[in-house]
Amino acid sequence: MSGWLGPAEWQAVALSLRVALVATLVSLPFGVGVAWVLARKRFPGHGLLNGLVHLPLILPPVVTGYLLLVSLGPQTALGSWLEAAGLGVAFRWTGAALAAGIMAFPLMVRAIRLSLEAVDPGLEEAAGTLGASRLRVFGTVTLPLIAPGVLTGAILAFAKAMGEFGATITFVSNIPGETRTVPSAIYAFLQVPGGEYSAWRLVIVSVVIAMGALLASELLARRVAARVGGRDA
Amino acid sequence: MLEVALRHDFNGFTLDVAFEAPAGVTCLFGRSGAGKTSVVRAVAGLLQADEARISVAGERLDGLPVHRRGIGYVFQEPRLFPHMSVAGNLGYARSGMDPAPVVEMLGIGHLLERRPAALSGGEAQRAAIGRALLSRPRLLLLDEPLAALDEARKAEILPYLERLRDAAGVPMLYVSHSVAEVARLATTLVALENGRVVRVGPAAEVLSDPDVAPVIGIREAGAILAARVVAHHEDGLSELAAAGGTFWLPKVAAAVGSEVRVRIEAQDVMLSAARPEGISALNVLPIRISTLREGEGPGVMVQLVAGEERLLARVTHRSARAMGLAEGWQGYAVVKSVAVASGNVGG
Repeated sequence: MSGWLGPAEWQAVALSLRVALVATLVSLPFGVGVAWVLARKRFPGHGLLNGLVHLPLILPPVVTGYLLLVSLGPQTALGSWLEAAGLGVAFRWTGAALAAGIMAFPLMVRAIRLSLEAVDPGLEEAAGTLGASRLRVFGTVTLPLIAPGVLTGAILAFAKAMGEFGATITFVSNIPGETRTVPSAIYAFLQVPGGEYSAWRLVIVSVVIAMGALLASELLARRVAARVGGRDA
Repeated sequence: MLEVALRHDFNGFTLDVAFEAPAGVTCLFGRSGAGKTSVVRAVAGLLQADEARISVAGERLDGLPVHRRGIGYVFQEPRLFPHMSVAGNLGYARSGMDPAPVVEMLGIGHLLERRPAALSGGEAQRAAIGRALLSRPRLLLLDEPLAALDEARKAEILPYLERLRDAAGVPMLYVSHSVAEVARLATTLVALENGRVVRVGPAAEVLSDPDVAPVIGIREAGAILAARVVAHHEDGLSELAAAGGTFWLPKVAAAVGSEVRVRIEAQDVMLSAARPEGISALNVLPIRISTLREGEGPGVMVQLVAGEERLLARVTHRSARAMGLAEGWQGYAVVKSVAVASGNVGG
């Protein structure tokens, strides 16, 4: 593929894949945790947490990006502290991953929460009476049963992270090789004369990756669902 | 020995229950809403009761988390883990017990590789019973394990439960609202009503108590008694000897000499002052009335003593007055029908 794509284009594709993958994998445990809390626990502040998680879905992406910039940017206290600790995210690819992860988080949590709500709590009770601790119940009963939902959530989040533009460009700008993901690159190519061909190639790559992810998730989800759904697969 | 003392306030319903029971099958009996399931859930630790004191064979269970209580729980639905095979379900408790004897007793050897979705209701419930047993429980809780099954499946599982009672020696706390099941299985009976214990005692004693009849339901009230099969006669009748006399029943599926438990419903017992002659009923026993209980309806529930056994009879107020029925009255009971409740008396 690198022969067909120019070096700048290839750079954007590789960066996007890396950003989306890191964003998805790092946020997945948090997604499962938050979904579990929202699905199973009732506490004061439940609505607030739910709203907070869904905020990036409703806010203009530029606003989310700007809020990230003013809270984690290099001029801010938190930002300079992270910078000093070697964990600075401003204008780095890790910042792009953070922005993408936050934007994709509501989709991931939603899919996992739906599958959690479909799990019969009676099965978890039964596991407890058989001597399984809460942790073992979660690992051996809950998690396998919500696996299709987790998978769906992860793929959705990955696709969303691949396409994230507004929050990313606002938070970490559009630096080639560091924060210029595929959408940012398409935008940049369209700003210069003769850039349409590069943009088109990236559009095709985007479509292929998105379709591939969707097909793969469909296939995997079906296999996992058959395995946990009780049919002999 | 099982000791349970619970208090719990639900919204508008208070559960206040205390009972002790010897080994064997303790049946919690009562109408729906009486609090049976809540008692079992509290014993399991799935319901955190406001006050609880639960001990099995001298060991306190309250205060322990669910997974440390060492109880086996068979729910109304099988609740098998759908993502594991039957074998995976049976091995879930990791007690290190050899599954082979349990698998054989429950007849589920041919199902081990199957997924729960591929099992019939009866098969799934048997697997669930096996899974609970293989956790090596010190107490087995069964919450209407047969309620969701049709009559054929019930008939398929009941013998396994009897074998469990007689062979496995695991104490059981069994919830039911079916008199037939209770009559068949119970060693001790705890009658519950509105969250309170109405009566606790040996099953035969409680079932023949006229005061418990309203809890059981007037139509289903009846006594159980122990009998021995004496002979199978050529005309298709079996002769059974009980302490109170001899019964003739249509052929009983039990060998000569074996002990059976028979159930006689109160509405199938008639009273007669003189020994009746020239009637078609075969089973006539001399009796003495020990107690009478007047109900709200037109009926009177009468407890009879035949030998050392107790029977229940239901007669109308009018007959009771006309015949002068009272404590100590002696006469005859005409038993219209007798059902064999169980192949073994148990306990």
